[in-house]
Amino acid sequence: MLQIKNLHAQIEGKPILKGINLEVKAGTVHAIMGPNGSGKSTLSSVIAGREEYEVTEGEIWFNGVNILELEPEERAREGLFLAFQYPIEIPGVSNANFIKMAVNEVRKHKGLESLSATDFLKLMREKAALVGLKDDFLKRSVNAGFSGGEKKRNEIFQLAMLDPKLSILDETDSGLDIDALRTVAEGVNALKNSENAFLVITHYQRLLDYIVPDVVHVLYDGRIVETGDKNLALKLEDQGYDWVIEKHKQEA
Amino acid sequence: MSKDQEILDSITSQEYQWGFESNIDQEIAAIGLSEDTIRFISKKKNEPEWMLEWRLKAFEIWKSMPEPNWQNLEYAPVDFQSISYYAEPKKKTLNSLDELDPEIKATYDKLGIPLEEQKLLAGVAVDAVLDSVSVVTTYKERLAQDGIIFCSFSEAVHEHPELVKKYLGSVVPVADNYFSALNCAVFSDGSFVYIPKGVRCPMELSTYFRINAKNTGQFERTLIIADDHSYVSYLEGCTAPQRDENQLHAAVVELVAMEHAEIKYSTVQNWFPGDKDGKGGIYNFVTKRGACLGNHSKISWTQVETGSAVTWKYPSCILKGDYSVGEFYSVAVTNNFQQADTGTKMIHTGKHTRSRIVSKGISAGKSQNSYRGLVRVNKRAEGARNFSQCDSLLLGDRCGAHTFPYFEILNNSANVEHEATTSKIGEDILFYFRQRGIGEEDAVAMIVNGYAKEVLDQLPMEFAVEAKKLLAISLEGSVG
Ligand SMILES: Nc1ncnc2c1ncn2[C@@H]1O[C@H](COP(=O)(O)OP(=O)(O)OP(=O)(O)O)[C@@H](O)[C@H]1O
Ligand SMILES: [Mg+2]
Repeated sequence: MLQIKNLHAQIEGKPILKGINLEVKAGTVHAIMGPNGSGKSTLSSVIAGREEYEVTEGEIWFNGVNILELEPEERAREGLFLAFQYPIEIPGVSNANFIKMAVNEVRKHKGLESLSATDFLKLMREKAALVGLKDDFLKRSVNAGFSGGEKKRNEIFQLAMLDPKLSILDETDSGLDIDALRTVAEGVNALKNSENAFLVITHYQRLLDYIVPDVVHVLYDGRIVETGDKNLALKLEDQGYDWVIEKHKQEA
Repeated sequence: MSKDQEILDSITSQEYQWGFESNIDQEIAAIGLSEDTIRFISKKKNEPEWMLEWRLKAFEIWKSMPEPNWQNLEYAPVDFQSISYYAEPKKKTLNSLDELDPEIKATYDKLGIPLEEQKLLAGVAVDAVLDSVSVVTTYKERLAQDGIIFCSFSEAVHEHPELVKKYLGSVVPVADNYFSALNCAVFSDGSFVYIPKGVRCPMELSTYFRINAKNTGQFERTLIIADDHSYVSYLEGCTAPQRDENQLHAAVVELVAMEHAEIKYSTVQNWFPGDKDGKGGIYNFVTKRGACLGNHSKISWTQVETGSAVTWKYPSCILKGDYSVGEFYSVAVTNNFQQADTGTKMIHTGKHTRSRIVSKGISAGKSQNSYRGLVRVNKRAEGARNFSQCDSLLLGDRCGAHTFPYFEILNNSANVEHEATTSKIGEDILFYFRQRGIGEEDAVAMIVNGYAKEVLDQLPMEFAVEAKKLLAISLEGSVG
C-alpha cells in the first residue's frame, strides 16, 4: 500500500528526514515511536503533501502512484488520511458541512454520486456515535471551542466518514483521558479491515494495548533506526529511549 | 515563494466576468462640467424650471466645497473636467420589452437580469438603468393597482412633482458632502418609489445599474418613500464593463419611512474592481441615507460589496421616530489593489430607538478594507440601544483590515455594545481542508460563506444565491 524509499526532506534548508525507508501493507497496523523532535510529524506532513517541507530525495508510492507528484487534496481523494496532532479550528464552517463536502469530493473522485441528505445524515449519526461525539457537535464550527479530547475524537469521526485506505494518526492519544482513549481505539479497531492500513504515531504503550501493532518502528534523528514487533514498544515503555540514542548517536 | 503566497496570489488573479462592452449608439454630453453641462442635462430631460434651479444651486454649493480626503483611501484625484456627465442610448424604446434595443437586451441577458416575462412572473419588478436613462420599467401596472409608484426618477419629476419636491434632498441635504452635492447638480436618472399608507408591496422591487459608455460618470438618484404602515423591499444590483480608465460613480439614495413603515434596501455591488495590477476600476462614492421619520418605523440596509477599485460608502439611518429601528448588514470584499472604506452611521434622536450593525470585511491580495462606523445617541434619545459587530477576515499577509468605530453618546440611559474580531485564513487552515480532499477554492468559498452567513441571510433568496456566487468569484484565484 505505502512504500517510502530513501526519503529526505528539509524545512528552510534544515534537513529533518534523512533517509526514511518504510513499507506498509494492506491489513496491517504500524506504530511509529521516537523522541520529541525526531521527525514523526514531519514524516506524516510530507506524506500528506504539506508544501513547506521540501523533499530533496526519495520516493513515496501509494497504491502504485507516486504521490509526490500529487496535490494534497488529490492524495486525500486517493484515500490518504492524516489525523492531525494539532487539529485546527475553522470558525464559521459547520462540522456537518465540512465533512459533507469532504465525503462528496472523495465520492466524486471515485466516480460516485453525492450521498442524499438522508443517507448522509444517517451515516454521520452512526459515525459520531462510534467515536462518542454528540449530534450537536455536527452543527458546531469545525473544532471551534472543542476541548483537546473532542478535537481528537473529531479527527477519528472524519476518518470514519471518509473510510480511507491509509490512516496516519499523529499522537491521537495525547490529550485523551482513559475513557476517550478506549473509545477512540475501539473506533479505529472497528474500522480496521484487510483492505486498509494504519500508521499510528505515539509516545505511549497504553494506546498500543488497544490498537495492537503488527510492526513497531523507532524514528530517531530523521531515520528509522529500530523496527520490531509489539515487544519493541514494551521495551521502550520500560527503558525509555536512552539505549536507542546511545546505539545510534554516531550515525546522527 | 511559499505556498501560502502562491495561494493568495492566485485568489487575486480572477478576471472580471462582466467585462464586455455593448455597441449601443449613445448620445454623450460634451466632456467637462459647467453650468452649461447642467443646462444641457436638464434640457435633454425636458425638466421643469424648478428642477433646473435646484441643480444650479447645488452646482454653486459643490464648487465651494473641498474634496474630502479623510478616508483611509488612496486614489488618483478625479479630474471632474475630463469626464462626460451624460450618456443615453440613442434609440429610446420605452413602451414594451419587445421594442428594447437588442444590444441592450443582450447586455441585460449577460448580466442575468430577469427582464423576460417568465422571470417577471416570478415576482421581480425591474427598473433597469443603463448609463443614464431608465430604459424599461416593468410590472408598473400591477403595482399601480395598489397605488404603488415605481418609475424612473425623471418620470417622477414630471408625473409626481409634489412628492419629489417634498422629499428630494430632505434626507441627504445638497451640501451634505462633496459627492452628494455633485450628484444633486448632475444626477442623470434613477428610481423613484412611493408606497401608500397601509400597503405591503407585493413583490421585491429591483434596479440594475450598469455603467456602459466610456468616461461617463454615473450619478443615480434614488428616492423611496414608505408611507404609514407600509412595507417595501428594494434590491439594487450593479455591474460595469471592464475598462482601463477609472470611472466615477457618485449616487445618492434617500429613504423615508413614516409611522410603522418598513424599508429593506439590499445591494449587491460588483462594479469592475480594476485588474490584478490595480489598473482601472470604478470609483464608488455613494451617499445612502434613510430617515425613520415615524414612530415604530424601520430601515434595514444590507449590502454585499465585491466590486469597485475604490469604495466610499456609509449607508446610514436617522432614527427620529420613537421606537424606530435601524439596521446595517454588510459584507465587503476587497482583493488585488481594491480599497474600501465603508460602514454606517446610526443617529439616534428618537426615544427607545434601536440599531444593529453587523459588518463583515474580507480582504485578500494587497487590498485595504476599512470599517468606519458612527453611533450617535442624542440628548433626548432616552433608552436608545445599539449593538455593533465588526469582523475582519484576512486572506494572506499583504492585505489590511482596519476598524474605526466612533461613539458619541449624549444620553446616559443609552446601551451601546461593540464587538470586533479579526481572523486570518492561513496555510494551516487551507491545508486542513485539502487534507480532507477539499480544494483551495472550495475551501475559501466555504469559509467566506460561513463567515458572511449572518449578512447573506438578510438578503432575499434569489439575491442570496447570486451574492454567494459573487463572493466565491471575487475571491477565486486568490488560492491555488
Ligand atoms: N516549520 C518548521 N520550521 C522549522 N523547524 C521545524 C518546522 N517544523 C518542524 N521543525 C523541526 O523539525 C524537527 C522535527 O519536528 P517534528 O514535529 O517532526 O517532530 P516530532 O517527532 O513529531 O516531535 P513530537 O514528538 O514532539 O511531536 C524538530 O526539530 C522541529 O523543530
Ligand atoms: Mg509530532
